[in-house]
Amino acid sequence: MTMATESVGAGAARRASRERLARYLARRFGQAAITLIAIVILNFVILHLAPGDAIDVLAGESGGAGPEYLAQMRKSYGLDQPIYVQMVQYLWNVAQLNFGFSFRNNVSVLELIMSRLPATLLLMIASILLSFTAGVLLGVFAARRVNTFADNAVSVLALLCYATPLFWFGLMAIVLFTVKLGWLPGNGMYTIAANFNWFEATIDVLRHLALPALSLALFHMAVYTRLMRASMLEIYGLDYIRTARAKGLSQRRIAFRHVLPNAILPMVTMLGLQVGALLGGAVLVETVFGWPGLGRLAFDAILQRDHNLLIGILLFSSALVIVANLITDLVYAMLDPRIEVA
Amino acid sequence: MQAFRDFWRRYRRKTSAVIGLVLLLFVFLVAFVGPWIVPGDPWDMATMPFLWPGTNAEFPLGSDTLGRDILTGIIHGSRVSLLIGFAATLAALGLGVTVGALAGYFRGWIDDVLMRITEIFQTVPTFLLAVVLVAIFKPSMTTIVLAISAVTWPSIARLVRAEFLSLREREFVQSCVVIGMGETRIIFRQILPNCLPPIIVMSSVMVASAILTESGLSFLGLGDPNLMSWGTMIGIGRDAMRTAWYMSALPGVAILITVLALNLVGEGLNDALNPRLKNH
Repeated sequence: MTMATESVGAGAARRASRERLARYLARRFGQAAITLIAIVILNFVILHLAPGDAIDVLAGESGGAGPEYLAQMRKSYGLDQPIYVQMVQYLWNVAQLNFGFSFRNNVSVLELIMSRLPATLLLMIASILLSFTAGVLLGVFAARRVNTFADNAVSVLALLCYATPLFWFGLMAIVLFTVKLGWLPGNGMYTIAANFNWFEATIDVLRHLALPALSLALFHMAVYTRLMRASMLEIYGLDYIRTARAKGLSQRRIAFRHVLPNAILPMVTMLGLQVGALLGGAVLVETVFGWPGLGRLAFDAILQRDHNLLIGILLFSSALVIVANLITDLVYAMLDPRIEVA
Repeated sequence: MQAFRDFWRRYRRKTSAVIGLVLLLFVFLVAFVGPWIVPGDPWDMATMPFLWPGTNAEFPLGSDTLGRDILTGIIHGSRVSLLIGFAATLAALGLGVTVGALAGYFRGWIDDVLMRITEIFQTVPTFLLAVVLVAIFKPSMTTIVLAISAVTWPSIARLVRAEFLSLREREFVQSCVVIGMGETRIIFRQILPNCLPPIIVMSSVMVASAILTESGLSFLGLGDPNLMSWGTMIGIGRDAMRTAWYMSALPGVAILITVLALNLVGEGLNDALNPRLKNH
């Protein structure tokens, strides 16, 4: 009898919490949409503050755009209209995923971005995994040996990673691992004109991925290491750890079963923040390693003065960050039952 | 004076903080005195190209692909980096402190609007936004400084807002209100001085990250075309990386040392200014 009442109670509680989660999600989606619109407006403002009118900025310098295209663009952006009409027109274009046309590359901006997206996503996921895993392991390692030589060595390493320009690290890695040692390729994403089966091709991409992913991961590896160490030390000071010690559990078991799971939680929030920084860093790293992603595309857009493309990449990347933040919030809410999502 | 002596006593307790200060003073020394000891234009072709470091006493750090002296370049780069780093941080402080103080003091709809704007700037990938701003407004010292400050002010705004939110509830602020002190005076003379310690700590880290951002921009070719910056030098050296890697390596070490020094000083300041905090 008691069991039945309990399960009814639990069912109601679960339903209530599911409803709360749904409401929370709806609100977060609403906020995300507003942020996205605001970012589009920000881009509009940048374009209007720039020297010359928006079309000069967008297409005039990209070269190759004929006068009839410029006239057509002026019309489609409604430059003869009052400024608020122009803004609505701009928002409407972006809402239809119309980021314009890249004359240098002779395709639409959206198509260009989509063709480069997979390479950047691969690079980003690899460096997130690398920095998170390495950061957690180093943080745990240091926290278990607090104030010893090993702990200080990890701190020094983290400080150096903080201060190293990532593109410079990439260049030096190419000098060492590609030029001097010949271990890893330092340019591109795959070997051109190689007759590989799928397995060899995968290994080939992974070998090309190693150095750029490491360069991009370095900074956040240091961030996670320091966060994890501090977080572990804080939890080591809590009462329930003293209880675990009093029970006679081994140090290893305390560290990995009792401290680590709780210490890792605050790091999840960092993951969402990391995505924006990685998209910026990708411009530098992909330029250094000739990685065919969004970052390299942005660099080419700078060289070709293709501002339309550059703005499109900025907008698209911001949207990616918003999606990443939504996912992090959701994961966090599911991982940590103490979080009130309402 | 006594307060400063106390501060110094707490600061020097940490070896890493002292090392950071020494390194930073060294970088400043190079920037201020360097051009007198090693005169010359960093863009001049001073000697034969591809001169390795240590092979010619007149050019101890060697020369680049066009025979420009690398030591002269690094000295001029130190001025560019420090100038841009500090100018961008000052500009970001001006905007960030204003926004944060208004939001934290007045709360309500002002807070909502300002924080929404701050959030937008925190969502856009910062380096990418800086790239777009500099590319569209043409690379120059001014646009670089403004672009870097445009992407760094939100963190200051959030910090100042949080400080203001907690400080304005304190009794000393309440008593200022009771005796009829004006709001501007309360904000600038009463609350703001009390948030200075965390602002100072954050500023030193911001100078460091501004220097890193500038080096990235100029590496991509978005530096001021008239200034020899460390990032520009790395970009020049990149073309000859396979044979003469020292051209990129040396300016990179200069960035590393400067940024490391600023981070160490920032940590030292943090420990010295917040003695209550337990040091992990």
